[in-house]
Amino acid sequence: MIRFLTRRRGGARADWTDWFSWAYLALGVLVMFGPVLWLVLSSFKTQSALQEFPPSLWPMGQKQVAVPGSDRPLPVFSLPQPDGTSVERVMIRRVGLEGQFIDPADPARHVERARLANVTPVREMHFAIENYIEPLRQFNFARFLGNSLFVTIVATAITLLINAMCAFALSKYEFPGRNGIFLFIISTLMIPITVVLVPAFLIVTGLGLGNSLWGVILPPAATPTGVFLLRQYMLTIPDELMDAARMDHASEWRLFWRIILPLAAPALAVLAIFSVVWRWNDFLWPLIVLNRQENFTLQLGLAAFQGELQTQWHYLLAMTVVTLLPVTLVFAFLQKYITTGIASSGMK
Amino acid sequence: MITTLARLIDAPFDALQRRFGAARMPYVFVAPNLLVFGIFVAAPMILNVWYAITGGTQFMPADRPYVGASNFAELLDCTNHFIPATCKQDRFWRAVANTSWFVAFQVIGLVAISLLTALILNRRMPWRGFFRAVFFYPVLLSPVVVALIWKWILQPDGVLNAIVVGSGGARVPFLLDPGWAFSWTIVVSIWAHMGFYTLILLAGLQAIPADLYEAAEMDGTPHVRVFWRITLPLLMPNMLVVLVLALIRAVQSFDEIFVLTGGGPGTATQYIVQYIYETAFANQTHILGLAATASMLVGGVLLVLTLLQLAASARARGEAGR
Repeated sequence: MIRFLTRRRGGARADWTDWFSWAYLALGVLVMFGPVLWLVLSSFKTQSALQEFPPSLWPMGQKQVAVPGSDRPLPVFSLPQPDGTSVERVMIRRVGLEGQFIDPADPARHVERARLANVTPVREMHFAIENYIEPLRQFNFARFLGNSLFVTIVATAITLLINAMCAFALSKYEFPGRNGIFLFIISTLMIPITVVLVPAFLIVTGLGLGNSLWGVILPPAATPTGVFLLRQYMLTIPDELMDAARMDHASEWRLFWRIILPLAAPALAVLAIFSVVWRWNDFLWPLIVLNRQENFTLQLGLAAFQGELQTQWHYLLAMTVVTLLPVTLVFAFLQKYITTGIASSGMK
Repeated sequence: MITTLARLIDAPFDALQRRFGAARMPYVFVAPNLLVFGIFVAAPMILNVWYAITGGTQFMPADRPYVGASNFAELLDCTNHFIPATCKQDRFWRAVANTSWFVAFQVIGLVAISLLTALILNRRMPWRGFFRAVFFYPVLLSPVVVALIWKWILQPDGVLNAIVVGSGGARVPFLLDPGWAFSWTIVVSIWAHMGFYTLILLAGLQAIPADLYEAAEMDGTPHVRVFWRITLPLLMPNMLVVLVLALIRAVQSFDEIFVLTGGGPGTATQYIVQYIYETAFANQTHILGLAATASMLVGGVLLVLTLLQLAASARARGEAGR
């Protein structure tokens, strides 16, 4: 067994670097995935289970069963018997320090009495699904979710369209000012939003986009990295295709829309994935533009909710899971595009 | 339906071409992008300078009185620049000091851990794709999600304290003690971003010719020597890019930390972008001039770093081309 585990390609025995690598990777899985897993497990705990210290790994709650004669499920306790064993009984009533219990398998039998100090609650795995439902009903989370979806989808569509148009012109035409325009676009990389917060907010307000989702969508819609990525890809598409279409009197727009754009689909897909992740996760810019709750995105809603209601962790954790879900799905299915996108353009 | 929609879009652009001629169509194509850049990036850049040299609490640029360099003077007014309490704008200098320490520790930790991870992921082994994905996953999480995940772990009754108490220690106020809170902002920010840098370094490692390693293996060169003599020198261009990119991003750290600690306890984890945000937007009086001036100073630092990055990546391309 040991021989098998330490075997390597080429027949050489494992040395210290192999052991170190495996230990590091095991630790890595724990540290990188552990916190997220803990969040997901915790999000299914009831409010009282969340207050336990030390916390249990799995979401546990007191076992409850429905018995005839009661309109809601009743808690189950473990009652010690004289012979040292214990049995599970349902508490139907509490009288002072004593409880009245019945056998859930045989509810018609006589009522047993026991002191509460002697019985222990029976615990079982219990998933508090209501953590996910209540915030959507009681608080504005359904609204936040809708706003986030709107911003993400519309902004990504706009980003793809205008960046592809720009990249098309820069890669397929010779025109005066082309290099200047390209340099200008690339140089805006050096101006992150953090440097122009105040005046950018002024302009958005001046255009009447303050406190509107369009104020969140438009300013970051033109991305220098997106133009760059698409331009590099379109440069590899042969111009002959366009010349052939020109013979058939296709307009310049149709060359772009019918010929180049479909051929640039792989690069568009990479940009789309990035745009979805950027927009879904965006925080600082929406924080400045939006200040009325009904316009909040999910990220703002979460941040506001955690500031206001410190104790409502059961709702907060569940909504955090909802927020990380789309990105996790994108990651699970499209990981390859993301990693090649980063390796080829250095964008994030 | 989609073809109808496509035709609907065709019409206005065909009309534009009839109006301006085919030779001017490239300008039509670049127009929307340039418009967005011009309005939301270039114009703010110029307006920012105006905000920095005017004073008062008025929001409209025309209403603001010209004050010359007095915003700069106020921000930089200190008896001793190393002791924030002696400064007129002590919150600014505290943020500068905090950010400097944060950037120093975060960038060193980030680059070191990313390098180690990339080296390990570059080895031939089973499940390599899975492990690469594991380290990359947090990069995609939103800053708010990252902050809440860690806030939940680090709270007084959290799982980390359960482990500390379980192994016989006393509860630690991870986010309530200035020193601990500062350290955790570094750890959390490394946790969230290391996957990105690991990926870039991994791409660099995979570009190193394998025959160099085979030759070293034949000579029986020890691993450590191989690392110092082959891997590190050949990876240097990528290391430089990663270093500068990490610096640029670290200076701008805001969201995760803002949600995790809110800048507290006190001002222990208040960094420069939070200072700008709060001075301009969150305070009762919006001191836009100071915020704009501070952004210009940050912009200056970032500009220097970006030029360094361009130089570094030009060098990286040059080395790769050789």
